[in-house]
Amino acid sequence: MTDNTKPMMTLAQKLVARAAGRSSVTPGEIVTCKVDLAMMHDSGGPRRVKPMLERLGAKVWDPSKVVVITDHYVPTYDDESRKIIRIARDWVREAGIDNFYDEQGICHVVLPERGHLRPGMFAVGGDSHSPTGGAFAAYMFGIGATEMLGVLVTGEIWLKVPHTIAMDFDGRLQPGVSAKDIMLFLIGRFGLDGGQYQAVEYRGAAIRALPMQERMTLCNMTAELGGQTGLIASDSTTEAFLNTKIETWESDRDAPLMAHHRFNAADLAPQVAAPHSPANSKAVDEFRNVTPAVAYIGACTGAKLVDLRMAASVLKGRKARTRLMVAPASARDVKAAQEEGTLKILQDAGAEFLGLGCGICAGYGGNVLGENVVAISTTARNFRGRMGAASSQVYLASPYTVAATAVAGHVCDPREMLQ
Amino acid sequence: MKTWVLGDNVDTDVITPGRYMKFSIEEIARHCLEPVLPQFASSVQKGDIVVGGRNFGAGSSREQAPAALKHLGVAALVAESFAGLFYRNALNLGLPALVCPQAKQIADGAPLAVDFERSLLVDQDTKQTYAFEPIPPHLLEMVRDGGLLAHLEKRLKCRTTS
Repeated sequence: MTDNTKPMMTLAQKLVARAAGRSSVTPGEIVTCKVDLAMMHDSGGPRRVKPMLERLGAKVWDPSKVVVITDHYVPTYDDESRKIIRIARDWVREAGIDNFYDEQGICHVVLPERGHLRPGMFAVGGDSHSPTGGAFAAYMFGIGATEMLGVLVTGEIWLKVPHTIAMDFDGRLQPGVSAKDIMLFLIGRFGLDGGQYQAVEYRGAAIRALPMQERMTLCNMTAELGGQTGLIASDSTTEAFLNTKIETWESDRDAPLMAHHRFNAADLAPQVAAPHSPANSKAVDEFRNVTPAVAYIGACTGAKLVDLRMAASVLKGRKARTRLMVAPASARDVKAAQEEGTLKILQDAGAEFLGLGCGICAGYGGNVLGENVVAISTTARNFRGRMGAASSQVYLASPYTVAATAVAGHVCDPREMLQ
Repeated sequence: MKTWVLGDNVDTDVITPGRYMKFSIEEIARHCLEPVLPQFASSVQKGDIVVGGRNFGAGSSREQAPAALKHLGVAALVAESFAGLFYRNALNLGLPALVCPQAKQIADGAPLAVDFERSLLVDQDTKQTYAFEPIPPHLLEMVRDGGLLAHLEKRLKCRTTS
């Protein structure tokens, strides 16, 4: 029997209502939510919040709800990076935070891998790619360091209840086409502010067929689409990944949407985004004359186990003609990739491996792109100067396409190599 | 009160490039907007206004982006729209981020004054005005207090003295 008095709500509304202690919420209203989990990394985390907490003479509201992960300045490479990591290590001890993952990989990948996310949660992260958590039907979004301080002191945060934009993908992706292609396509189609800082929900048969790490890529790049969070309803795939019984969290069938876009996944070709915006995306064929000097497989959105496997499926029995760099996203994924032989395929193809962490993606670490270097990368952003010199040129693509390009020496459709 | 007019989608990697993130805000600010306006950091004056088009502040959560602009003395940011995360960060630092539908009509270098009472930007030469949306009521007190840190400080002090 249906309850006629309760309004139909989207997944986003249901998650926000629970965190606000309400039976229902309406898009546009301002609510205060209780935070179930706050994640920080070394760059925007301890080094920024510690002095502010000291100024306030305040303590962390609930250390068991805080997770700290080092990823931006690891491996350390100079005095500054060593100092930043030392502050993180000292602070978690002082603040009594047990959930600390040091040099274990990128925060967005490590957080769910270590079982910190569950459907129904309301979470914040000190990083713009925090919508990644939405793949687990948790409301998760990125905030800055001062706002994180507010959460650490009060355990709460304000929110304007979002509208939901539904992206429905029927059918099935072709072999060689991935979640990254879906996102580059959507960002090209709707722009960097297409998400209007609302919730973007990914649905349809093609989405349900995706493994968790591919779903994470979708929700992660909701940041580039300009949404506050990206969400996917929980299902048996979510449950299998988390390896524990979960609740089902999903939108009511007739919940009002701000927009509903439908696509056939089978029509989608591999996408490439030209410098200097993820919104400059077009089908891979348009870029055949581009000859990158560097092929980079890295980042939370491009070097998880699922991504390394995509690259390996193309690179098996082949050699990279361009310089191929791989910065795996997590220690557990590296171990799994090693055990199943994926890592060996990448090594045999000539890949150089960088340390665990954000690598070149945000230009924070010891490795960056030099003047005028043309690169093709599995990362999420190619804004001017992000990965190094302002004159460097970064093309974004899926791990399949980056691997195929490394082999061909020019931008190449991976479907040609997967036949 | 000079304005610096930029285009659409000014991103945080351009406002404060990643390779400087390990340094202090003083050092980061010296490189503010370096990839697109190399002369900005050395010529911006206290009270100047930065004007963008759509989606100003796209990209990362790094609070150093609005912090660097504030450190250099920028009095307000004006744009047709802001990236949501950047908008929250700017207001949390007490830096007014003003949504102005006519932002693209503002000329580079125009001497603008902000009239918060009337929610208007006023060109001091031509007297041309541009309306902006008032800062949302639930954030007004925080912005008046000078940002979230000062606001929390006040709240915690009230709690201990009451």
